Amino acid sequence: MNWTAIWSIYRFEMARFFRTLFQSFLSPVLSTSLYFVVFGAAIGSRIDQVDGIAYGAFIVPGLIMLSVMTQSISNASFGIYFPKFIGTIYELLSAPVNFLEIVLGYVGAAATKALFIGFVILATSTLFVDITIAHPVAMVLFLVLTCLSFALMGFIIGIWAKNFEQLQLVPLLIVTPLVFLGGSFYSISMLPPIWQKITLFNPVVYLISGFRWSFFGTSDVPVGTSLMAIGLFTALCLGVIWWIFKTGWRIRS
Amino acid sequence: MAAILSISDLRKSYEGGFEALKGVSLDIDEGEILALLGPNGAGKTTLISTVCGITTPTSGSVKVGGHCILDDFRAARSLIGLVPQEINLEPFEKVINSVRFSRGLFGKPKNEPLIEDILKKLSLWDKRNAQVKELSGGMKRRVLIAKALAHEPRVLFLDEPTAGVDVELRKDMWDVVQELKDRGVTIILTTHYIEEAEAIADRVGVIADGQILLVQDKDKLMAQLGQKQLCVHLSAPITEIPASLASHDLELSETGETLIYTYDTKAERTGITALLNDVATAGLVLADVSTRQSSLEDIFVGLVSGETS
Repeated sequence: MNWTAIWSIYRFEMARFFRTLFQSFLSPVLSTSLYFVVFGAAIGSRIDQVDGIAYGAFIVPGLIMLSVMTQSISNASFGIYFPKFIGTIYELLSAPVNFLEIVLGYVGAAATKALFIGFVILATSTLFVDITIAHPVAMVLFLVLTCLSFALMGFIIGIWAKNFEQLQLVPLLIVTPLVFLGGSFYSISMLPPIWQKITLFNPVVYLISGFRWSFFGTSDVPVGTSLMAIGLFTALCLGVIWWIFKTGWRIRS
Repeated sequence: MAAILSISDLRKSYEGGFEALKGVSLDIDEGEILALLGPNGAGKTTLISTVCGITTPTSGSVKVGGHCILDDFRAARSLIGLVPQEINLEPFEKVINSVRFSRGLFGKPKNEPLIEDILKKLSLWDKRNAQVKELSGGMKRRVLIAKALAHEPRVLFLDEPTAGVDVELRKDMWDVVQELKDRGVTIILTTHYIEEAEAIADRVGVIADGQILLVQDKDKLMAQLGQKQLCVHLSAPITEIPASLASHDLELSETGETLIYTYDTKAERTGITALLNDVATAGLVLADVSTRQSSLEDIFVGLVSGETS
């Protein structure tokens, strides 16, 4: 393993994040506050409790997940698309590094950024609602795994994309609907029985459910199933990336 | 001297069937400067990209320092530095960080004195904390060179390093290349500028249509293929070459004032004495005599046009 190379890529990518630290920080704080004003105060005041939890607190895990997933994808996809776009990818391809090292560097940095934003949202939430975390270690674990797996997916999108429009396409058309319909703002037990069944095909349900369990100790699906779902998703993404580098698809002619 | 880079029967076909390299074989000795000359689309960049790992070869083998670029890519690539043709740089990063990144990417430990030395030699030290996008074109090109040198390569590829660079800077770059050679770095450069090859190369390779047409010692090449022209300037213009001089295969300049005789400097008899005697016999009065050596450019144009015609 070329650890120096991994660390170099990681630091180079993180430098991009620190150059725009203020924006990176401000945007999640602002959007979280807006969600709390709209969902928490305006709509939430008409909903008493969900599964015995105040609605304001109930949506916190979903809100964090929503941002963390979209941020992981956009960070990682941009991270690898940008070198392709400006041509600096030549350096990666001609360096003595293998695919795993490139992925660890880029995905690690993208996941770190998303993780940071996740904690910023969590901290902002405490300004609006009382939150107790039942299983803090599990909470961090779920968050880290989600950041990593979605950053892997973002990496694939970044390699696949041929232009900036495509870079936005998958997050916009697939990920955002899945996250919204994955129980970010509601418990799936609130859905009609048939939709409760259909929604189980949405992988995001398992992530949000597991993450919510780490906060409140209750979940829509068993925690073990949630962990398995993340594991499967991560393995799938890793498999695709391995194939990409093996064949050189869209990176090496 | 042992070959540090050994290319044998290298072929590259792109999707759609275009064959960019048609069985290239080339050995490059350690410590030499090889200039690859060729017209646009000849396969120069494809050749470099394949050796460096940016493009996957269709068939054939490439060894760098004895390491296969596919099976032993880490060892092979860590010996190679690449300065690409296009200015591909992260625009928002500081110059020094961009150079440090290249060193780290190649798995080399931090070495700030080395980075400082490289940046100073390339006159970039004062700009080390500037963002890349603030630099001029020539400076950006030097940043690319600095990045390639940061990991101390033994083989350096320079893909048209002086394209779009002014004359003074070009000379500076030649000095940098010469200094690298003195330190034992093997250099392969592609260029459109014949004078560049003439000025700095030890050997010259000519590539056209995906094939190496010739690789030869620059001086030998000049001597072997170099033809000389003898220009006989007449005191009064003539309208046609006198019949008595027909056997000499002369050309008459447009003004009619000069007879041009092309001869091979390596031939046993150049035919100059006989020509001058016959010129005098024909009653022509000489005003002056001069000679002209053909340049590498003439040789190159001759070779390439011969290949494509």
